[in-house]
Order: sequence, then structure tokens, then C-alpha cells
Amino acid sequence: MKLSRVLPLAGFAVASTFAAHAETLTVATVNNNDMVIMQRLSDAFEQSHPDIDLEWVVLEENVLRQRLTTDIATNGGQFDVMTIGTYEAPIWAERGWLTPLDSLPADYNREDLLKPVIDGLSYNGKPYALPFYAESSMMYYRKDLFQKAGIEMTEQPSWNDVQEWAAKTNDPANDIAGICLRGKPGWGENMAFVSTLVNTYGGRWFDMDWQPQINSKPWQDAVGFYVKLLNDYGPAGASSNGFNENLALFSRGNCAIWVDSTVAAGKLYNPAESKVANEVGFAPAPVAVTPKGSHWLWSWALAIPSSSSAKETAKTFVAWATSQDYIALAGEREGWASAPAGTRESTYSNESYQQAAPFAGFVLNAIRGADPTDSTLEPSPYTGVQYVGIPEFQAIGTRVGQMVAAALTGDQPVKQALDAAQRATERTMTRAGYIEN
Amino acid sequence: MTNSTLRRFGIGLLAWAVAFVIFFPIFWMMLTGFKTEADAIADPSLIFPPTLDSYAEVQQRADYFKFALNSVIVSFGSTILALLIAIPSAYSMAFLPTKRTKGTLLWMLSTKMLPPVGVLVPIYLLFRDTGLLDTRTGLTIVYTLMNLPIVVWMLYTFFKDLPKDILEAGRMDGANTLQEVWHLLLPLTLPGIASTGLLSVILSWNEAFWSLNLTSSQAAPLTAYIASFSSPEGLFWAKLSAASTMAIAPILVFGWLTQKQMVRGLTFGAVK
Repeated sequence: MKLSRVLPLAGFAVASTFAAHAETLTVATVNNNDMVIMQRLSDAFEQSHPDIDLEWVVLEENVLRQRLTTDIATNGGQFDVMTIGTYEAPIWAERGWLTPLDSLPADYNREDLLKPVIDGLSYNGKPYALPFYAESSMMYYRKDLFQKAGIEMTEQPSWNDVQEWAAKTNDPANDIAGICLRGKPGWGENMAFVSTLVNTYGGRWFDMDWQPQINSKPWQDAVGFYVKLLNDYGPAGASSNGFNENLALFSRGNCAIWVDSTVAAGKLYNPAESKVANEVGFAPAPVAVTPKGSHWLWSWALAIPSSSSAKETAKTFVAWATSQDYIALAGEREGWASAPAGTRESTYSNESYQQAAPFAGFVLNAIRGADPTDSTLEPSPYTGVQYVGIPEFQAIGTRVGQMVAAALTGDQPVKQALDAAQRATERTMTRAGYIEN
Repeated sequence: MTNSTLRRFGIGLLAWAVAFVIFFPIFWMMLTGFKTEADAIADPSLIFPPTLDSYAEVQQRADYFKFALNSVIVSFGSTILALLIAIPSAYSMAFLPTKRTKGTLLWMLSTKMLPPVGVLVPIYLLFRDTGLLDTRTGLTIVYTLMNLPIVVWMLYTFFKDLPKDILEAGRMDGANTLQEVWHLLLPLTLPGIASTGLLSVILSWNEAFWSLNLTSSQAAPLTAYIASFSSPEGLFWAKLSAASTMAIAPILVFGWLTQKQMVRGLTFGAVK
């Protein structure tokens, strides 16, 4: 056989071998809007990396958290890339479940990442996850209702201001609640908000000896205020409202004030999703005794489990999905308002983004001002603004959330609910060995 | 109108009312799938401009047919496997009981009382070490084990209703055990076996705990598909309704087609 005939055949055989050995990455993600967009745009990654195939597992946040925890704790190796939050990253890194991401491609521009965000995903100074998008909390209000009531927004509203404004704008006859806040029990639901309220009232979850502080004065002040505010000026059935329900209420025009995630800004500002798009005003999250911990910090980030058999390939994908190039791609293909926010300085200096997202400055300031390592007036032994970075917190937060919801519905007085929450938390912390009997 | 006609009319009306109450959530879900997300969360209304946007987006985000195929394979596979194991065991318990038969039956049923999460980690580790994670074989085995107690119990009840004399007559005519089962037991109890099988298929189709925990991308059935459309941040009711309608459609059609057999089976032996 002539060499000229053999060579193409050999080339074809080699190419087929490579094609047959394309590496498959299984990516587990939460199903929020930004992650769904990432899944949609991943064809660009597969085109530029023909030797990598992506398989997607897209699940609801709580289901995903349980699924990933089972897999990573048993070294199951089912996933190569995982979407995790700032709560899991340091805890899982400490246990050796995640691959450190300190060696990244030269063009990654790590310095561009917002410091509080990457710090929240690090353990012992090393990043164990790279941020895909980040959020804080802020206040939304109806400019038209404020104008009608003769209210002028201040640069930094206080909770007393909010109470006064909620009273003025509350209009049950026209189905408008003066204030909408999270009431649905859960550590990521009502307790995300209540924790920030407790922080700004000068409270903390634990003292330096891990003694729970849930029935302390700042907690009673904060929860008492929250219950009264919502009962006086909140919507009906506030105890079953989470982010989605309040988003629906505000976007339909049923709330005058709402304090919640910065992620809502894009949705409220979009006329296709919101009836009040032209009337939405933005302000920093209100403060009470101290500005410390008055607004939260959360990011969804991509991490590589130690059990993955394709760590280097996974790193290539993670670097791509969290890069400036990806943000530009999302901005160009999906519209700049849909570009993942809160991760990079360069996003906020981008003119296209600034034009598409007039709330960008508020979000950037909120994220920059949130410090998970110093979020309480008195010193505390934990990291996290709206959560406590210990594995026991999911159970504690949800239990306390149920007690707070009971106080909100009037099933229990605030003091009794907080005393019960204190006792339950003491039991959990004693069993976990943080405090002695 | 005579008293009996009135009574029949009343019972008919009650039956329709009960059927309406049971079917209403399904009807509302189907309706919501044709709404926009904004309409889905607005005040409930029967009149709205219908749209297929949610169906389009649902199909764009995930390959429905891949999930549906997995559902069909694991549901029917586990049912066939469960019947193959349960028929001989129910036969022996019904026709050749020992003093431990009742205890064994109760023990089998008691395994259904254990919350599945209690055995999640051991099963996960077992599957990890045997390479069964995210495989249809693994899920089929789990579903078989999950439904086996119910399948054995139902078949045992149906077999018990069959007069022993019929099988004895067969034996007198020289039939061996296999012939007895094949030519007498199975044809005579077919409605019962069919309804047991149908119930097993439905239970497997709707199972969500194991499918979410033991599969990821390759073997995930429709229950995992639905789980990707609810979200604590963002509006999802229309998409979730569209995905749920697509997920239940095959089993709903299957149920309609086989409802005669199912009712016949469930009432089998009820009136002697």
C-alpha cells in the first residue's frame, strides 16, 4: 500500500481515537436564571474545546445541596464541577472535599474578582471555588407611592425611617402593603433576612465561647420590631412569603417597600416581568444600631470535588465560566442586564453594563460593604453575615426560623419563641461539642 | 322521580364532585403550563392568552425524551423483575404456607415503614463500590426492592382468593408445579397480576427520592427532570407546570388505557 493512501487513513484513525476519548465533565448546578444561561452558553465552550463534552445536572437549590453533600461526603465521584455557595465552600474545603483553585491560567485575571466575594470562597488563604455570580441585599421602594406620600428617600435609611414610611404608604384598601419581607421559615429564607436585622440591631448568633445569644436583648428588639412591622403594614399571609412570593407581590404593585436580594433588581427593572418597572427606586439596606452586617453576602460559585477524576479539565471549564470573557459573552448574547453580576470589578466599569443596569452601583457598594469575617457589633467566632459558617447551622437556622415564623403568626409571643429557639440551639451546640453541659 | 332514581342521581352527583376535587389540581397544573410566568402568579383566572413558551423553554433546557426513556425502562423493568420474584413467593405463601408465613409477610411490609433516607448512605456506598451509581440497572434494582413487599402482598391476596381445589384438580390430572402455575394460576389470576403490575409501574414512575439521589446525568428519570424546574429565586410556576404535565402525560394515558383492567383487578375476588 502506498504511503499517500496510508497516511490519511492513519490520520482518520488517530482523529477517531481522539473523538472517542473526548472527556466528559458532569456539571451540577442550581437552576437559577444565571446558571440556566450558563448552560445555554456552554455550546461556545464545547466549540472551543472539542475534546470536552459537558453533561448537566440542574436541580433546585435545596435538592442540589442534599445531592451534592451525599456525593461529596461519600467520595462518590459523580460530579466534576459543583455549584456551591459561600456557606459550603470553607466548610467543605476544611474537610478536604474540594480541590484548591490557586493555580489558574495566566489570563484569568484573579485580581479583578471582588475581594469580599473571593475571600468568602477561600479557606486558609486559598480559593476553593470561583464565583459565578454574587448578591447582597438592598431596599426597593415605589417612587410613585413615596412621592404621593411626600416621602424623600435618604442616602442611608434607618429601620425607624422604614417603619414610618411603611405606615404612610400602607394602603390595604388598594391592596398595597407598606412593607414586604421574608416570612417563610428556613435558614436561607426568613433567617437570611432576620440575621441581617439582628446584626444591625447589635446582636449575634453566638458569643466567643459559642454560647447561643438568641434570647438576648438585640434579638428581642430585632424580632419584636420585625413582627410588629409585618403585622402592622405587611401583606396578608406574610409568614408564607419567601423571595419568589415577595418578588411577585412587588412586581404586581402590591408592595411599597421590600428589602431583599440584589438579584431582584434586574427582574423588577424589566418591564416584561414587572408592572412597576418605571417606578422602582433603590436604596441601601436599612440600618439600626450599627451598619455592621446590615446586608448579606452570598455567591454561587463553581468548585471541583476532590473525588473528580477529571480535575484539570474541570479547572479549564471553571476558569472559562467565571472569566471576563464569559461575562462579555453573556452580555452580548443574552443582554447586559443578564450578565452575571457581583463577581468582577471590570463588570461594573463596563459601560454597556452600567447602561443596562442602573442599579449596578448599589449592588457593587452593597457587596463591597459586606464583610463575612466581621459582621457583628460584638465579636463573634464565626464567618458569614446571614448565616453561621458551621455545619450545624442549616438545622439550627431552620429551627430558629420556624420559631420566628411562629412569633410572626402570633402562635407564640416573641420572647417565648426566642426562649424556645435558644434552648433548641443550646441542645444542638452541646451535642455537637461546641459547649459543655 | 322515584326514590331510587333520586338516590342514584345523588350518588352520581357525589361521584362527579369527588372526581372533580381529585382531578382539579391536575387540571390546574395543565392550564398553568399554557400561561406566561406573570399570568401563572397573577390572581387565578380561567381566561388568559394561551402560550406554548413554557413548553418550548422546558424542552430547550433539558432533553425530555432522554428522561422519559429512562422512566419507561426503570418503571417497566423493575415491575417485570418484581413480578418474576413475587409470583413464586406469593404462590408458596398462599398455597404452601408454613407457621412463619404470616410473620414473613408482616416483616416484608414493615420494611416499607423505614424512611428511605435512613438507608441512603449505605446504599450509596454500595452503589459507588459496585459501579451502579447513575445507571438504569441500579435504579431498576432499587425500585424492584422498593415495590417488592407491596407486589408480594397484593399477589398473595389474589392467590388466596383462588379456590385450592382448582389447582388440586390440575395436580390430579398430572400437572407439575410449573404447569400448575403457568396453565392454571396465572390465567385465572391475570386481572390481579395486571393490576399489581400497573400499580408497581405507577409507584416506580412517581418515585423521587431514590431517583434524585442515585442518578445524575445518564439514568435520571422524569422525577429528576421535574426537580430542575422549581427555584427559590425566580418565577417558575408555568415552567414547572409544563414540565410536570409532560412528565405525567405518559403514565396518565397509560392509566386511562388500562383502567378497565385495573378496576377489574382491584375488585378481583371481592364478590364471590
